[in-house]
Amino acid sequence: MSVLTTNYLTPSGREEAWRFTPLKRLHGLHDGVAVISDRISLCVKNGLPKGVSFTREDLDPLAQSDDVIIERIRGASKSVSHLSIAANSEIAEPVFLSRSKGAVDTAEFSRVRITLGANARATVIVENTTDTVLAEDLEISLAPGSDLKFVTIQEFESKSVYTARHHAVIDKDAVFKSVTVTVGGDVVRILPTVEFIAPGASANLLGVYFATAGQFFEHRIHVDHAVPHAKSNVNYKGALAGQDAHTVWIGDVLIRAAAEGTDTYELNRNLLLSDGARADSVPNLEIETGEIIGAGHASTTGRFDDEQLFYLMSRGISVNDARRLVVRGFFNEIVLEIGDQVVQDRIMDRIDSELEKAASDV
Amino acid sequence: MSTLEIRGLEVTVDTDNGVVEILKGVDLTIKSGETHAIMGPNGSGKSTLAYSIAGHPKYTITGGTVTLDGADVLEMSVDERAKAGLFLAMQYPVEVPGVSVSNFLRTAATALRGEAPKLRTWVTEVKSAMEALNMDPAFATRNVNEGFSGGEKKRHEIMQLELLKPKMAILDETDSGLDVDALRIVSEGVNRAKEANNLGVILITHYTRILRYIKPDFVHVFANGRIVEQGGPELAEKLEANGYADYVSK
Repeated sequence: MSVLTTNYLTPSGREEAWRFTPLKRLHGLHDGVAVISDRISLCVKNGLPKGVSFTREDLDPLAQSDDVIIERIRGASKSVSHLSIAANSEIAEPVFLSRSKGAVDTAEFSRVRITLGANARATVIVENTTDTVLAEDLEISLAPGSDLKFVTIQEFESKSVYTARHHAVIDKDAVFKSVTVTVGGDVVRILPTVEFIAPGASANLLGVYFATAGQFFEHRIHVDHAVPHAKSNVNYKGALAGQDAHTVWIGDVLIRAAAEGTDTYELNRNLLLSDGARADSVPNLEIETGEIIGAGHASTTGRFDDEQLFYLMSRGISVNDARRLVVRGFFNEIVLEIGDQVVQDRIMDRIDSELEKAASDV
Repeated sequence: MSTLEIRGLEVTVDTDNGVVEILKGVDLTIKSGETHAIMGPNGSGKSTLAYSIAGHPKYTITGGTVTLDGADVLEMSVDERAKAGLFLAMQYPVEVPGVSVSNFLRTAATALRGEAPKLRTWVTEVKSAMEALNMDPAFATRNVNEGFSGGEKKRHEIMQLELLKPKMAILDETDSGLDVDALRIVSEGVNRAKEANNLGVILITHYTRILRYIKPDFVHVFANGRIVEQGGPELAEKLEANGYADYVSK
């Protein structure tokens, strides 16, 4: 056990990056008050296929961060849990990482690295469960020609706090796809960020979240187009139900002067299922060159579509079943991208039960 | 034998310009096996009649009654009306993203029948309903009405009519946007449903064309929120020749 007392630039809540986050509920992760335990919760769920290794080693960060919690994590430990997928290996089945243990009276600082060698191909699914206070610096390195589907599922118990940056550094012609699912926890704040370091690469950042009474879920995306001819797509969908359910989606896309031929689009859609919930949605597009293929964004926040409910109910479907169908349908597009039936079914069941919980609260 | 009885139905709708009275006292009785064509010009209130019977929240009932075999339809929620045996084939069927046709149909059939249909017989049932309407089997995996052509939407409505087996169906301009072949196929579906379930039909249309395929027992002329004339099939021929001008100016 060590108590972290170093005072970095503790956010006050007035900073742009922190203006939505309920700092008081972060268990002192942001101001250094948290008591950091030495637990390492991330582990391999099943065996590892050939070409994949999971080790503990000292690694320097892949990329800089301006997030104060990431800085604290890095200051506390050089040791990283490293999942490495060897060059040219094609891993057919998803590699599952899960959480073995957690606690809410102490916090865990976690450093994780996922490395894909040149032309490697894999799906990695991280299942974040248990009740825990966890701050995570997760970096992903995609070598030229590699292809990663990276799925994280935040299914934490109700007291959990999770703040993390999931940062991908994408080399030439590599393909990165992430699916970020957040359905559990008290406060979840994730920074899914991406930087391109060579042309021809693409990033497809997808996400779904469902916040019920009192939950705060923030996804703060940042896509850095610093090189020419990279493609990015962002699509996050959220639903909210219950008093003080609060979600924040920030979509920052930066197209630097050198990033000619960039093609980017970002979309966030929110479904407000009850009164008393709040969805903040802020797309930001900063463009420093006009020599691009496309750059766009859209954000919508709405309630149930009465016409959809009427149509379903006019076929005898009850109002609750109609709502369930519409919400499932809303999330389906993205959940199906996970590509693992067991995980998809579990998430859909969880969404059903969140919806039921919300309906019984009203 | 069922009877749908509409008496003195008055309906308003809230618009930006205030409350507008649309139905001004509609009387109509439909019995099992009967087909009633309701014809009239645009804006006469035909679709409002259809949606009011089905229970669309946009419309406010300000007077009159609607009963099905004596049960008060206006007191029922939208799904209860369907369970009572009413069906509305919509002019503009609604897209439901992410919900497949097969999932939708099975959920509806489960709700209406009170239990989930047995998987094997259900698959056969859906397949033959689709074949009868010349629909591609891949249709079942598509999302409800999403990206459907006008004709596909109408076939999908009539497929539901055949599968869900209501007692009374209101077909709201099912013929609009259909080419000759699709009109024939869809009409045959309606006729099959009539025959199989002794279905009562309210057929709302502008045109007499569909009446060549679905023979009405009664024709009602609808204008300015009420029925202004009633007759047999010969009335449709008269409308075809003279149009609605006589009724609109009245």
